[in-house]
Amino acid sequence: MMRFLLLFSRQGKLRLQKWFTPISEREKKKIIRDMTSMVLARQPRSCNFLHWKDLKIIYKRYASLYFCLAVDNQENELLALEVIHRYVELLDKYFGNVCELDIIFNFEKAYFILDEFLIGGEIQETSKQVVNRCIESSDMLQEDDSSEWYEVELFG
Amino acid sequence: MSPSIPLQEMIRAIRSARTQCEERGVIQRECAAIRAQFRQVDNGGARSHNLAKLLYVHMLGYPAHFGQMECVRMIASPRYSEKRVGYLGAMMLLDEKQDASLLITNSIKNDLAHSNQYVQSLALCTLACMGSAEMCRDLAPEIDRLLRASNSYIKKKAALCAVHIVRKVHDLGELFAPAARSLLAEKNHGVLHGAVVLITQLCERNPEALERFRKTVPDLVQIMKGLVISGYSPEHDVAGISDPFLQVRILRLLRILGRHNETASDAMNDLLAQVATNTDSTKTVGNAVLYETVLTVLDIKSESGLRVLAVNILGRFLLNNDRNIRYIAMTSLQRIVGTDHNAVQRHRGTIVDCLKDQDASVNRALELSLALVSASNIRTMMKELAQAASGIFHAAERYAPSQRWHIDTILHVLTTAGGDVRDETVPNLIQLITNTSELHCYTVHKLYRALLTDISQPSLVQVACWCIGEYGDLLLKGECQETEPSQVTEDDALDALETVLQSHMSSPATRGFALTATMKLSTRITENVDRIRSIVSIYGSCMDVELQQRAVEYNALFRKYDHMRYLTSVLYVIGSNEEAVVSISVRCSLQVCDLLDLLGGSEEPLQPSTALGLPNSTSTAGGDLLDLLGGLELTPLAPGLTHAHTHTHTHTHTHTHTHTHTHTHTHTHTHTHTLVETEREPEVKNLTKTKLQTETSSLRIK
Repeated sequence: MMRFLLLFSRQGKLRLQKWFTPISEREKKKIIRDMTSMVLARQPRSCNFLHWKDLKIIYKRYASLYFCLAVDNQENELLALEVIHRYVELLDKYFGNVCELDIIFNFEKAYFILDEFLIGGEIQETSKQVVNRCIESSDMLQEDDSSEWYEVELFG
Repeated sequence: MSPSIPLQEMIRAIRSARTQCEERGVIQRECAAIRAQFRQVDNGGARSHNLAKLLYVHMLGYPAHFGQMECVRMIASPRYSEKRVGYLGAMMLLDEKQDASLLITNSIKNDLAHSNQYVQSLALCTLACMGSAEMCRDLAPEIDRLLRASNSYIKKKAALCAVHIVRKVHDLGELFAPAARSLLAEKNHGVLHGAVVLITQLCERNPEALERFRKTVPDLVQIMKGLVISGYSPEHDVAGISDPFLQVRILRLLRILGRHNETASDAMNDLLAQVATNTDSTKTVGNAVLYETVLTVLDIKSESGLRVLAVNILGRFLLNNDRNIRYIAMTSLQRIVGTDHNAVQRHRGTIVDCLKDQDASVNRALELSLALVSASNIRTMMKELAQAASGIFHAAERYAPSQRWHIDTILHVLTTAGGDVRDETVPNLIQLITNTSELHCYTVHKLYRALLTDISQPSLVQVACWCIGEYGDLLLKGECQETEPSQVTEDDALDALETVLQSHMSSPATRGFALTATMKLSTRITENVDRIRSIVSIYGSCMDVELQQRAVEYNALFRKYDHMRYLTSVLYVIGSNEEAVVSISVRCSLQVCDLLDLLGGSEEPLQPSTALGLPNSTSTAGGDLLDLLGGLELTPLAPGLTHAHTHTHTHTHTHTHTHTHTHTHTHTHTHTHTLVETEREPEVKNLTKTKLQTETSSLRIK
């Protein structure tokens, strides 16, 4: 299973954190520090895989963002790279030419998309189209919901 | 109470803060407003925005625990928008250790039965993310129900929820087994994937379940065949591979089912061969599937032909341009080198070639190469491996044809690649040299000559300095059986050490070695003691604290305790080898005896054991001396100290300082310990144009 997914900028600023196992706040902060320093220290043309404690770390840089995924030792690293890539594709489809700013200002959407793709550290849906359709439907539901409230406010 | 601002405005305000202090100010203001809003009973649609703001602040690293109860409230709200953010908040702020997490159990239960599938989905996701064992036990029957009777959207999520439940409460595996079995008949890939993951989980936990699920091998083979042979499927295609994620999971399950079982392995043999030969390996995704196939083939009871095919795929991976592919080839070969030794040997050439790779991860080639070393190919292998790091020493130790060859090899590696060896190599080498007493003369001559040629390799220089210090008498004696005789005068030896001391290439640790060696020579030479004294006194005002301290003490030994100079022999205590410690302390105690005689001290000579733990109180005439020595705790070093070796050399030296009579030296620890900086948080507060440019660059542009 996947243990955690971190997104951070080249300056080490955290943009997204998803934890798939229960970890204390203190431990989380330490892991984030370790990951950012380890990954940011890597040479540009080096291998995308690292070993850290008893986990495998797979990281990939997309423009100004680093995607850092930690998996159990028996997981397939090459597939983990594909998982990261799939997530970027989903974000790209949703935001249209996604960039770091999109993820900063719409972080909750980034989480919602992630939650349609992964659950409990495993992939839940392997089709891009299905995930996108579900996100759209959820968004529409949310809008309906809010507009309902808005109407109530207007008309008492 | 300041009005609260929309989420995006707050994010903008935080980002435009120019200093950490300003940012904190903005956040404190916002948090105060959010707190106040939380306390209000109902403020309409703003509730979800407030919680979202709090979650953003939490991501920046600020405390947000006061939002936990708000999450609980939001989850219970009838509005989807509020539920959505509420559940997100629960996943971010609550974990099973928090009390508040129990409060959402009821909401989750209700939402699992909700009429709207998106609400159900929220509950399932949250349960799978942070459900405690108690919650899992509580809600397991619900999940089982959803596994059987719902649409595929819910089924796939329920399956993964079940996986989480089984991880938390192993016994509940029994509950889900029947449903898992029937899910394999589904057509929906999401559900299939979830089913395969669930079955994998059940089989990993429970050997009985494993037995029962072996019957599913034909079904799995069928599904897999469908994926491999099927034409293009737009829904699941990734670079020509149909649903690689599902393929990999099925392969993994087949691996578990085929392990140790001939029948099951036979049933999947053809399929594995088909996947191995037909999968397109030009893209990463194809290689991911091939990789998993290879792992499966090598783990089950496969035919030898298939095994060879698998190892050959790994061999092909080794030649791939992509570093990642080479890396996994290396790690896989490493795993099987024990069992499939001959098959891996065939690729030895390629593996050794990979040593030239600069990348440290890929450089596992070294470990693999070493595993391939045997008594027959050791000499050729060593030549090829000369560029690599310290693992060589272990191999050399195991198969060395002779002592002299062993030391020669080590010296050769140190001269060619001394910069790459690990820190612990130096003490290990010193120990090796100490133990090879018949070669002391040969070794010190060789190292001296190496030092004359090149002082740029720190490990080599350190070992050489130590050797000269320790066996300087042998060096100066001139005659040596194993090597051509050379005349080394006392001045020559001191010149060499001084060059090291003065070179800008020498690290502080290396200088420490050289200084100590210089000091030790003062007991082994007769004419140049003054020269040594002047060298040492120069370093008394050295910038480096460590060296300065050392020099000052040595100076003191010259001035006040000239007769104690002999004790410098014990100052470098190596590793955890107790024999080395005892032999050195014997030398010390014998010299102490001499000294005691000088002072007309005690009648009984000190035994080695008492030298190790000197009694603090005596009333002999040599009392002063013993008091001084009482501060010297010559206890055998704990194995833990060798670990310290790997960090920095200066660490070991500070230990020896505590053995001297002036106890003020212990504080040198902090000065000389250069810890690797683990924190890297440069603050880029200004929204400079370049920063904006990088942040707006699309992630997809390659």
